[in-house]
Amino acid sequence: MNQNTNSFSDLFRGAWIVAYREIRDQLRDWRIITPILVLTLLFPILMEITAKRAVSFVNRYGASLIADRLIPFLLLVVGFFPISISLVIALESFAGERERHSLEPLLATPLTDGQLYLGKMLASMLAPLMGAFFGIFVYLIVLIIEIGWEVPLLLIVQVVLLTTAQALVMVSGAVVISSQATSVRSANLLASFVIIPVAMLVIGESMIMFWANYNALWLILAALIILATILSRMGLHLFNREYLLGREIDSLNLKWAGQHFWETFIRGAKSIPDWYHTLFKRTIPQLKYSMLFMAVALTSAFFIGSNMASKFILPKDVLQLKNLDSNLMSQLADLGIVGTRGWLWVFWNNVRATGLATLLGIFSFGIAAVILLMIPIGIIGYFSGNVILAGQDVMLFLGGLVFPHAVVEVPAAILCGAVVLNIGLAMISPSKGCTLGESFVSALAEWARVVVGLILPLLMIAAAIEVFITPRIAIILLSGN
Amino acid sequence: MNDLIVTNNLSKEFGSFVAVDRVTLRVEAGEVLVLLGPNGAGKTTTIRMLASILNPTRGWARIAGYDVSREPENVRRSLGLLTEHHGLYTRMRALDYLAFFGQTYGLKAEESRQRAQRLVEQFGISQKISLRLGEYSKGMRQKLALARALLHDPPVLLLDEPTSAMDPASALKVQASIANLRSSKRAVIVCTHNLTEAEVLADRIAIICCGRIVARGTLTELKKDFLGDCIMELRLAQSVDGVLRHLPTDLCLLERGADWVRYKVSNPESENPKVLKAMAEANVPVVTLAEVPRSLEEIYLKVVENNGKKRRIVA
Repeated sequence: MNQNTNSFSDLFRGAWIVAYREIRDQLRDWRIITPILVLTLLFPILMEITAKRAVSFVNRYGASLIADRLIPFLLLVVGFFPISISLVIALESFAGERERHSLEPLLATPLTDGQLYLGKMLASMLAPLMGAFFGIFVYLIVLIIEIGWEVPLLLIVQVVLLTTAQALVMVSGAVVISSQATSVRSANLLASFVIIPVAMLVIGESMIMFWANYNALWLILAALIILATILSRMGLHLFNREYLLGREIDSLNLKWAGQHFWETFIRGAKSIPDWYHTLFKRTIPQLKYSMLFMAVALTSAFFIGSNMASKFILPKDVLQLKNLDSNLMSQLADLGIVGTRGWLWVFWNNVRATGLATLLGIFSFGIAAVILLMIPIGIIGYFSGNVILAGQDVMLFLGGLVFPHAVVEVPAAILCGAVVLNIGLAMISPSKGCTLGESFVSALAEWARVVVGLILPLLMIAAAIEVFITPRIAIILLSGN
Repeated sequence: MNDLIVTNNLSKEFGSFVAVDRVTLRVEAGEVLVLLGPNGAGKTTTIRMLASILNPTRGWARIAGYDVSREPENVRRSLGLLTEHHGLYTRMRALDYLAFFGQTYGLKAEESRQRAQRLVEQFGISQKISLRLGEYSKGMRQKLALARALLHDPPVLLLDEPTSAMDPASALKVQASIANLRSSKRAVIVCTHNLTEAEVLADRIAIICCGRIVARGTLTELKKDFLGDCIMELRLAQSVDGVLRHLPTDLCLLERGADWVRYKVSNPESENPKVLKAMAEANVPVVTLAEVPRSLEEIYLKVVENNGKKRRIVA
């Protein structure tokens, strides 16, 4: 970035030039203004009528609790509908200008990438967000007048902040899509990457609203701000004037992708030892920080789980380790969890978990994979905590039931989390000179190298230990036989 | 020499496709270079590299002394770009539109307003400033886009297909506007495949084909290089019979008519006075002595065709 425009004030000055023009343009467009006005003025009134009817209906059956929870939920809905328009505007931001040929003159100005990008984000967000705030205000006024609702100030602050954060996430995601798409049509087709997660988010928020655990909303707010920051950084990193103008068609070049994947997967190795050499020499060192992060995350999961034990205490008789039957092996055999079938079952289960973590990780920049892999460790921590509370020897529990196979399984989980995080990082900030596609395919090939070369063999060994060795050790250590 | 546009082996590849191949150019202040070439020859890609929108794969370019790869903001500040498609914001009005671009170039509001006012008057659109840009004719839109490119008074102007898809009358008006932009302080590159436009506007012409500069020079130099010596036509007020013997003996006669004769000459500045002197001495009344017009089209077709043949042979 030029030294003349490296300060924040310059960044916002340039961004505001872009945003101001676009907002003025939007205010001239009835296709944008009409829905915002309708959603701002009519929708809150409609919501109030709905709320009033719903309250009177549920009160008839003594379910006043539902009525109490419905009003704050509708407050969130009233704010959400106008900001949904920001998604449409943001999807159109770069792709639309490209189609109308007005992008090139804009790219030829001295505005920096940051100014253009931030300007587009502000332009997409401000008008719908103002509409959302006004809608919330109208709804509140109507509620106060019609049913004398006592406004909980903190909840209003939460709803306003959540609405802003949701708009920020949608817009930052949509601007990334718009800057990567070659047409508005392709941007709209890709919009499901934003719409589906946001729809799930709104469902989650509504559940929290009905649960009335309003403190959980702060966590969602923090997560949304982090996500918006990641998306904005990703968008700015991927923003490329050349890419915006240079590409004419969106084509899926499977041949190129396959070739690039294979070249990265093989890395010029001529034999299996040679391939393993490059795996340990090049791929694993690249993952060291992600592996460290995973190790910290899994350790935290264990302690979080053990901490939960004091909140959700298990009955003591469930945890009498000494009561383990010496016929454990035959009981497990009856359940089909010993022998080759049992080994295959455990192995397949872990492979499925790896696959699911990867799939979720791709759509969440690795975050969901980390959370998924933390869950089993958290459960072990929870049981360990309960073992301690039951006055049992936790080391006996861990040594007998967990450690034998965890010694192999946990490193596999750390590797899996690290390599999925690597895919997320590759999408957020592709290597210099690489497109998003190139970066993604390279990261996917690195993932495949680690999965094939290390994770699958480790999971095979871990499953074998879990099925053939752990039960025997458990019997020896816990039942004393 | 005050070269405002300098390129050296400027190249651009998109994957395995070479869009621009080792283009080396120099355009000095006060000069208009026409980059002439068929569709897909690499003109727009060259212009986009010069405007720091595309990064060169190899080679370098400087605009007003700034490197296009290393100092993109300074490069963009130093040039005005007229894109092939006007790319106007159709809901805006002319002065608002120019004010927006003035802001992006860091012009103060008052300065921007004054310049915008002057430019809309210069390009004859001051009567239409109350209309939204979507209501403008194609010619007016292109003129406004030209005003946009000139708003910050850049030392370098890059005009990409300024009259493409315009009707002849509008095209003539825009050409006249461009011709008026000549300035001792400004270097201009005009990309076009319109030969008339090239002849009208160019101080020098560079013909680009398949990404490579295949011919360059002034129109006269190109004619000489590709069509050979110039052909003069001497038209008399009497029959040419008996007159030919008075002409210089080393004159290369090509053909003759009842009252005219055509000859080929390598150096018209020294040969033509000799011819006129001979006619005067022989008391032969001369009506006209003029060069037989040979169009840029002939050169262009010859160059492009030759290049196509070479490519086919290589292939």
